[in-house]
Amino acid sequence: MYVAVKGGERAIAAAHQLLAEERRGDPAVPELSIAQIEQQMSLAVDRVMSEGALYDRDLAALAIKQARGDLVEAIFLIRAYRTTLPRLGYTLPIDTGRMAMRRRISATFKDVPGGQVLGPTFDYTHRLLDFTLAAEGANVSPPQQPSINNPAPIPPMPRVTDILAAEGILAPEVDIDAGDTIADLTREPLAFPADRDARLQALARADEGFLLGLGYSTQRGYGRSHPFAGEIRMGAVSVEIQPEELPFPIDIGEVELTECQMINQFKGTAETPPQFTRGYGLAFCQGERKAMAMALVDRSLRAAELGETADSPAQDAEFVLCHCDNLEASGFVQHLKLPHYVDFQAELGTLRTLRAERREAAE
Amino acid sequence: MSEPSDTAGYNFAYLDEQTKRMIRRAILKAVAIPGYQVPFGGREMPMPHGWGTGGIQVTASIIGRDDTLKVIDQGADDTTNAVSIRSFFAKTTGVATTARTEEASVIQTRHRFPEKPLRADQILVFQVPIPEPLRWLEPRESETRKMHALGEYGIMHVRLYEDIALLGRIATAYDYPVRVNDRYIMRPSPIPKFDNPKLDNNPALLLFGAGREKRIYAVPPFTKVKSLDFDDHPFEVQTWDHACTLCGARDSFLDEIVTDDLGTRMYACSDTDYCADRREAAPQTVDASEAAE
Amino acid sequence: MTSDRPLLNVQNVSHYYGDRAGCLDVSVDLWPGEIIGIVGESGSGKTTLLNCLSARLQPTAGRIFYDQRHRGLVDLYALSEAERRFLIRTDWGMVHQNPRDGLRLGVTAGANIGERLMAVGERHYGQIRDKALDWLGRVEIDTARIDDLPQTFSGGMQQRLQIARNLVTGPRLVFMDEPTGGLDVSVQARLLDLLRGLVTRLHLSVVLVTHDLAVVRLLAHRLMVMQRGRVVESGLTDQVLDDPQHRYTQLLVSSVLQA
Repeated sequence: MYVAVKGGERAIAAAHQLLAEERRGDPAVPELSIAQIEQQMSLAVDRVMSEGALYDRDLAALAIKQARGDLVEAIFLIRAYRTTLPRLGYTLPIDTGRMAMRRRISATFKDVPGGQVLGPTFDYTHRLLDFTLAAEGANVSPPQQPSINNPAPIPPMPRVTDILAAEGILAPEVDIDAGDTIADLTREPLAFPADRDARLQALARADEGFLLGLGYSTQRGYGRSHPFAGEIRMGAVSVEIQPEELPFPIDIGEVELTECQMINQFKGTAETPPQFTRGYGLAFCQGERKAMAMALVDRSLRAAELGETADSPAQDAEFVLCHCDNLEASGFVQHLKLPHYVDFQAELGTLRTLRAERREAAE
Repeated sequence: MSEPSDTAGYNFAYLDEQTKRMIRRAILKAVAIPGYQVPFGGREMPMPHGWGTGGIQVTASIIGRDDTLKVIDQGADDTTNAVSIRSFFAKTTGVATTARTEEASVIQTRHRFPEKPLRADQILVFQVPIPEPLRWLEPRESETRKMHALGEYGIMHVRLYEDIALLGRIATAYDYPVRVNDRYIMRPSPIPKFDNPKLDNNPALLLFGAGREKRIYAVPPFTKVKSLDFDDHPFEVQTWDHACTLCGARDSFLDEIVTDDLGTRMYACSDTDYCADRREAAPQTVDASEAAE
Repeated sequence: MTSDRPLLNVQNVSHYYGDRAGCLDVSVDLWPGEIIGIVGESGSGKTTLLNCLSARLQPTAGRIFYDQRHRGLVDLYALSEAERRFLIRTDWGMVHQNPRDGLRLGVTAGANIGERLMAVGERHYGQIRDKALDWLGRVEIDTARIDDLPQTFSGGMQQRLQIARNLVTGPRLVFMDEPTGGLDVSVQARLLDLLRGLVTRLHLSVVLVTHDLAVVRLLAHRLMVMQRGRVVESGLTDQVLDDPQHRYTQLLVSSVLQA
């Protein structure tokens, strides 16, 4: 005799128990500390902060630990936590022109004020497995000279784009007036057509892999936009608030950012002469791949406003913005494993009827 | 899914009051314009999008301490996702929960409409994956909103026409589109079309929440809801040649269950509460061999 | 059906793309049952003008009035978008050069014809079906093809299907943009013949854009010749083609003769 399944509750509890055991792994192996993740898995922490849209290294590290290293899951944990936080106020716009930089490169000029600074980059490493790292505990690398180990940040330098803009050859960015409200997708739903502020916010929170693929597609001819990496800079900027009762802003701390400004050709219109235009990318800490991909996609999405033909996926704002969030995508793809007995039963019935009708017709 | 080990730090029903107010405003608007999809500032929830976050946000915004909550998925109270959502609310609100339809003041559901008739003092909250009925015909939000605004719905019937022309009948079996209050075309969420007639003129308030797509819509009590059809191919619901093996019901939506490797089937009510009640009232109304006919 | 006023009254319509004029200061009246041809080479502004007239491109200057059923003259661009879209899908038709723009290639021929009926509230499947069959016959498509996708049709059949899809709701005004473009000469002739018959029988008014003078000679009562956005010559079709006054028209006519 069939009995309606009972015990969903017990099954869930057991699954959670198993998950906890899997997460810990072999108890004979020492447990990871949050500090270890934060320090030694720092790029994972950076990505979780960017796409989780919360600048908190410890929480991001905790999320990574809890998610067993699944970064999309960790981003989810951070987002679900973030959404419950009270909104205390809004900071002033950060000024990346005043960044204390640890890395700064431009592909457009051989030298720029402040120079080219590689900083901590994988760029010129040979991707050979370093087996010395497998010798845990044994510190095999000789101690570095302090100056290399921790070089002083480069003092604030003008951005390459500022130099070009001063010449008038780079289209100026639209200033947002003090009175304008800036879109906030965490409060108001996305609506189309989406303005650039909303688009940039969505892209900043977007899945790195999705943007990477889309950005790549623009380089391969799907909405070609002739980009040059005008400047990539990484470093710390001050975060300030302007209390109503004070005549000056208050510095409340600093965040580390990677900013990428792509420079793209633009043929001009009847009103505007040919000039360069910008694609903008920004990520927390060292999110360089993300920032670059974001800048490519941002520029692609400007096709319509610049009067360019927009027929490639990366130029289609609805397509890009509706599918770039990994929480939404991951949830909806994976919801297919939830029970669909009822729908399936309904479909089954229809299909059987149609097949029976065809059989009858054939007889 | 990970659960906060301690919900003390969270507000009643998880969402902060500001967010609940925003959602209630969207609900009020939805009730005022039956069938119209109201955009709302959907929040991230501690369960994945596509798993009921829209319904959960609606429930969280309307639930109060005196409510009694029932959660079903596929008609059953004990499917894992229903259990998970019910325990989420039990933990974050402490309200009473029930499996009995008549005891509940708020019922959150995925894919089914309860078999027992609802009352005017009950609210049914549907979880909606894709709210837009025109989505498969026109993927662009900017265009579908215009089509709704202008009532340009001819394309919906094109789809039904194609079914009849090619298959001899309308082949949509669930999430069957309806017209609400003679105005907006609406997706009733993926309930089987068997449940569509229950939407019409129902005494309860029906709320629909789509979390990922950030839309809320509603069918107010006693509102006309008509399933789309043709005059000469009227809307009809599924029927079974079987009765429920467990309770003998012939008027409820049945799950088909494969019971062995040879493909033997049995049929049972998808609404577990309805089935249990009938069995209690008149046990063994039907034996399995007869039901399996 | 006679009328003492034009169906479409166009007053000094211009449209600019930035500094460049797409069409300049065009005025014309279209009378019920009249077919007016607009000819010119590509870039002459004929498509811009067609888009303005068919309520798809707001003119930069000038006004366009349409004699709407039960309502009288309305300013096209003063209508709300809802009214304009309703007008377009009930009282007007649009035959595109490329069937892809005018058909739903993913649904059957029957549904393509039936769509406009359903859009205006027809809810009887059998009647929609009958009308679709009737219209397939009228445009000389084998009725056995009713449940086939337009993708399986030849270019000429697709064009005829497009015409049936437009005419099924009994519009009064049809816009045609190079309806015979891209078709073989023999297929063109058959389509033109069909069009001429339908237009006369249904007393349709037509605005026909083409670069093909043979097409206008066969179909159009009146002719407008466009060059660089302006109408340089207009008049009765035979008159303009047999005795062109403007140099550009003379050139057009002679180049056709030479070809």
